[in-house]
Amino acid sequence: MATVELRFSALPAHVRTARLVAAAVARRSGVDEAVLDEVRLAVGEACSRAVHLHRRHCPTTPVMVTLIDDEKGFSVAVADEAPQGPPEADDTLADLAASADPASGDKGIDLDRDAFMPEVGLAVISGLVEDVAIEPRDDGGVVVRMSWPIPA
Amino acid sequence: MDLSLSTRTEGDRTVVEVGGEIDVYTAPRLREQLVDLVADGKYHLIIDMERVDFLDSTGLGVLVGGLKRVRAHDGSLRLVCTQERILKIFRITGLTKVFPIHASVDEAVNASE
Repeated sequence: MATVELRFSALPAHVRTARLVAAAVARRSGVDEAVLDEVRLAVGEACSRAVHLHRRHCPTTPVMVTLIDDEKGFSVAVADEAPQGPPEADDTLADLAASADPASGDKGIDLDRDAFMPEVGLAVISGLVEDVAIEPRDDGGVVVRMSWPIPA
Repeated sequence: MDLSLSTRTEGDRTVVEVGGEIDVYTAPRLREQLVDLVADGKYHLIIDMERVDFLDSTGLGVLVGGLKRVRAHDGSLRLVCTQERILKIFRITGLTKVFPIHASVDEAVNASE
């Protein structure tokens, strides 16, 4: 059973709450203080991504965050239910940097269209968290699973 | 903690002091501020991030968008940041190559274009 479960309406304002809850549970489970910033950022990115997709595809469906503290460590699963293909994070960071060039015009990432770029968020998670898996769900959407060791 | 924004002029540079959390909820306000400054003819911006507690990819997108806007007017956008946890995000995303990052506002003001 999950240590803490959090379901919240798909609104950007609640992403901060999810970050705070995740950091509090991580701290309680004994995750190293130095890693808490990483937990906060990774959970924030995963939740921002889920909120963004829900608002686009299923705005009344809440986002689900599961926080588990057990002998294997501290783990977080952020599940969205938005119908979509598997996400691609590969070239996104190069695209983000290239978008700073005015000559990129409409190419690169469209920075004005939306407040959030879901693939950049995933790329940040991949660059930040060692133990991360992005799994498609049977009923649409994906689960972003991340875990951190708890020092003995 | 919410986002705080204040601007001041230092010579031909405009310093935007940002405090608190830049995330998916607050980043649109920072973007508005940068858009307004550029619309107002301020093309040499210094973003002082020393009081930023949290920055995510949404915030990075806003900063990249700001850089793109000022560059379209041959302007500049410099960052002031010495906080390791914030600098780490710029490194992960490769944006340390895109933004000049300074240790103090003075250093950024005195940097030649």
